[in-house]
Amino acid sequence: MPVFYGTEIESRMMLGTALYPSPAILADAFQRSRAGIATVSVRREAGSDKAGQAFWDLIKDLDVALLPNTAGCHSVREAVTTAHMARELFDTPWIKLEVIGHADTLQPDIFGLVEAARILSEDGFQVFPYCTEDLVLCEKLVEAGCQVLMPWGAPIGTGLGLNNIYGLRTLRAHFPDIPLVVDAGLGRPSQAAHAMELGYDAVLLNTAVAKAGDPAVMAEAFAKAVEAGAAAYAADPMEPRDMAAPSTPVLGKAFLE
Amino acid sequence: MKIIVNGEKVDVTETRLSAILEELGHGGTKVATAVNEEFVPATLRDTTELEAGDRVEIVAPRQGG
Repeated sequence: MPVFYGTEIESRMMLGTALYPSPAILADAFQRSRAGIATVSVRREAGSDKAGQAFWDLIKDLDVALLPNTAGCHSVREAVTTAHMARELFDTPWIKLEVIGHADTLQPDIFGLVEAARILSEDGFQVFPYCTEDLVLCEKLVEAGCQVLMPWGAPIGTGLGLNNIYGLRTLRAHFPDIPLVVDAGLGRPSQAAHAMELGYDAVLLNTAVAKAGDPAVMAEAFAKAVEAGAAAYAADPMEPRDMAAPSTPVLGKAFLE
Repeated sequence: MKIIVNGEKVDVTETRLSAILEELGHGGTKVATAVNEEFVPATLRDTTELEAGDRVEIVAPRQGG
């Protein structure tokens, strides 16, 4: 099972907490996903609404590790300040670092990401960077102190799956000892299984589960797919080949012309 | 004095950050704060004095992906 900054998590599923039709459905989806980590955020709170307290009470009962994010941050300074507020609120050094560079694609600002990752790592944070599958970027993130990499499969919320399988495979080959998580863009369980078959350590989902017609059932479907893909990778799949090769023995076939 | 809280102008009578949080109804709740875009840890709220026009962010746990 994956180990993130020295903590072993008994699941290869990381699940977001946003966009569910109701708190009860969120809780049901978490149970059936068997996720070990929940992503959360920090947002403005008015003194009168106490929405944060209600959400806090809900997630405490999920019995999962919490990974706060810096979602929506477009600058290094904003991301760093948000990370500090998240560390205090959730009492964890873990931070899913997002520095968004483009409003349409929510593509990371990779230059700001590396800078923020370095600042936060030096300040004792354990950074989970939401990044692209660019190899050189990922090398820079590791140099900056990241011991986990979370490349996107596709832009957040699109459900397009794995847009650059070559790039994801390259990361696995170059970082055999760094936990790799496909974060964002997955829409269907088969895509999650594929990520695991590439040797990824985990997947992070939110929209694909929360926006399904039945989130709890979809959560379970993803859990099964992730488990199947991880088992397949461990079992060392056969290499594909261009020409057919009979599986039934040729020797001993009756001659019936 | 007038300060900006979460992007909106607010009139407060207190000047210490911890007292302002109480005044705005955040007493005892799970929130984190920043003043003028700089994080202010909970341990420093008692000694953080605000001035008119300061920008305060008050955040709490929320759903996220």
